[in-house]
Amino acid sequence: MTTTPDQHTRPAGAAEPVAAPSARAALPPVANLRLALLHARYQFLETIRVPIAVIGNMLFPALAMFFFVVPQESVASNPVAATAAVGQLGMFAVMSTCLFTYGAGVSEDRQQPFDPFLRTLPAGAGPRMAGRVANGAAFALLGLLPLALIGWLFTDASVPGARLAVSVLVIAAVALPFLLLGMAIGYSLSSKAALPVVQVVLFPLAFAGGLFMPPEAFPGWLDSLSTALPSRAGRDLLVQALTGSEAPATSLPVLVAWGVLFAALAVWAYRRDEGRRFR
Amino acid sequence: MTPRSPRRGRAAVRDDATAAGRPAPRAAGTVNGTVTGTAAAGAPAGDGPVLEAEHVTRTFGETVALRDVSLAVQPGELVGLLGPNGAGKTTLLSLATGLRKPDSGTVRLFGGDPRSATSRVRLGTTPQETGLPPTLTVGEVVDFIAGHYPDPMPRAELLGRFGLADLARRQTGALSGGQKRRLAVALAVVGRPRLVVLDEPTTGLDVEGRHVLWEALREYHASGATVVVTSHYLEEIEALAQRVVVIGGGTVLADDSLAAVLARVQVRRVTFQLTTPAADVVVLDRLPGVRDVSRDGDRVHLLAADADALVRTLVTGGVDFRGLEIRGASLEEAFLALTAESPAAAGAATSEEMAR
Repeated sequence: MTTTPDQHTRPAGAAEPVAAPSARAALPPVANLRLALLHARYQFLETIRVPIAVIGNMLFPALAMFFFVVPQESVASNPVAATAAVGQLGMFAVMSTCLFTYGAGVSEDRQQPFDPFLRTLPAGAGPRMAGRVANGAAFALLGLLPLALIGWLFTDASVPGARLAVSVLVIAAVALPFLLLGMAIGYSLSSKAALPVVQVVLFPLAFAGGLFMPPEAFPGWLDSLSTALPSRAGRDLLVQALTGSEAPATSLPVLVAWGVLFAALAVWAYRRDEGRRFR
Repeated sequence: MTPRSPRRGRAAVRDDATAAGRPAPRAAGTVNGTVTGTAAAGAPAGDGPVLEAEHVTRTFGETVALRDVSLAVQPGELVGLLGPNGAGKTTLLSLATGLRKPDSGTVRLFGGDPRSATSRVRLGTTPQETGLPPTLTVGEVVDFIAGHYPDPMPRAELLGRFGLADLARRQTGALSGGQKRRLAVALAVVGRPRLVVLDEPTTGLDVEGRHVLWEALREYHASGATVVVTSHYLEEIEALAQRVVVIGGGTVLADDSLAAVLARVQVRRVTFQLTTPAADVVVLDRLPGVRDVSRDGDRVHLLAADADALVRTLVTGGVDFRGLEIRGASLEEAFLALTAESPAAAGAATSEEMAR
């Protein structure tokens, strides 16, 4: 059998760079990183095309700061208390972004016919997931900006540069368990169910975790219950990073334990979802 | 065998489709000239099948979607998967594209596991519904999907092929149904895949939109790719496929060249009233080419390959009938006729018919 050169046009050339991959070979890490950036970019574009979603996300913590913290002279003029208040609401902003982006967002995406199509592309689940995480982080940081601005302009909250840098890292770390919780919800529930579940989880956790009202104002029983919650543990670690006031020794183990539990739930939900989504 | 140029007009491609009616073996390189040349040029993963299912079974709860299905698609083939809704076509494709796992049996894509991303580098699929991210523009969606492949088609070339050149900056949510559908199919070929798998590509399209898409698919196949397309429209399979696999009730009912399957599926439904009910059973059984007999009171429904011959026999045989009606059988009825026989027997019978 002979072939004429013109038959080697486009498709033949296309096959060459990927000739005969072995059955189980994973994509090279560079390819995965590139794909993750690709997914992150287009997910970002998709989200900002509906600006109200972004603005709403930025607005709520900022408004809470403006109405509940700024008018309280005793808090606003006390640098440590004001900074802690910024930290608390910052924790809330991050938690809410994580739960909404990954809980409600993931379950909504799963219902789009585009989602199974994306899963037939030559990319594993990794890049899409990484893109989601990058986006969640970007929007969470966006949500923190107005909050920080208000704290800086209207209260005596202040954070030295070095502490600020550490705090940003701490925020990213404490966000992780909530990101996983969001995914567990997003991958196990339909979008109609996910939205109310996210709200039911978010507000009690936020309140009992001392994100709206400082834990110092809690009655004793609530305070001890609170220290076992991931929101409280995250809050304490973040406030420690911002102000230097010691977090309880239990904070880190509590947060890690919840993180492990949520990770297991997320993995379970994701695996289960693969087989049953198409019923 | 003379390899032809991959860039050909529509008429030439149509010739292939009809030429494939010959009782040709299905191996690559022997179906016709086009496939010979281009399959060699593409040479995906050695000479093995592009897609292979072996004894695949998949159930959903109580429902058996696929029952012990075996099927191999060779490089360069243009295969139509035909079957009524719920026959198992989509399930089979979802196994081939790595969306689902078979309960038992194996599915191989370019010799590898379809669930591993590297196996899918040379695969192109399309969203089944017009589910495109509404806020992204046409150009953005194309670039996004193109970014997954090592050597994608340039955006302008792709959009030109599918008649979408002017719409690159339009958000997909603002496209018409036909435009969305064309974009969806364009996404299947943007990575220059060696295998294109399309599930009901033209559902909901008008006649013109359908022809544009068919033309684009034939052109892409002519450039050397393997194409698998599902449909429950006989017309669509006729326009596209060279080899036809009929699926019904989760099994392969027939697997043959287009002409051979058409001959089996294009049966006529002959209905009449018998005035002498006692005689009918023996008589009806002896009628030529009858695939299926059903009764509804004193009315008899026959599915027959050759209605003319059947009527002639009825008349010369002195059968006392009244109220004769003849119409083309629906696909569902034709499939029913196929289901009545075992798949193996069906295959053998078709080959004989073809050899005549």
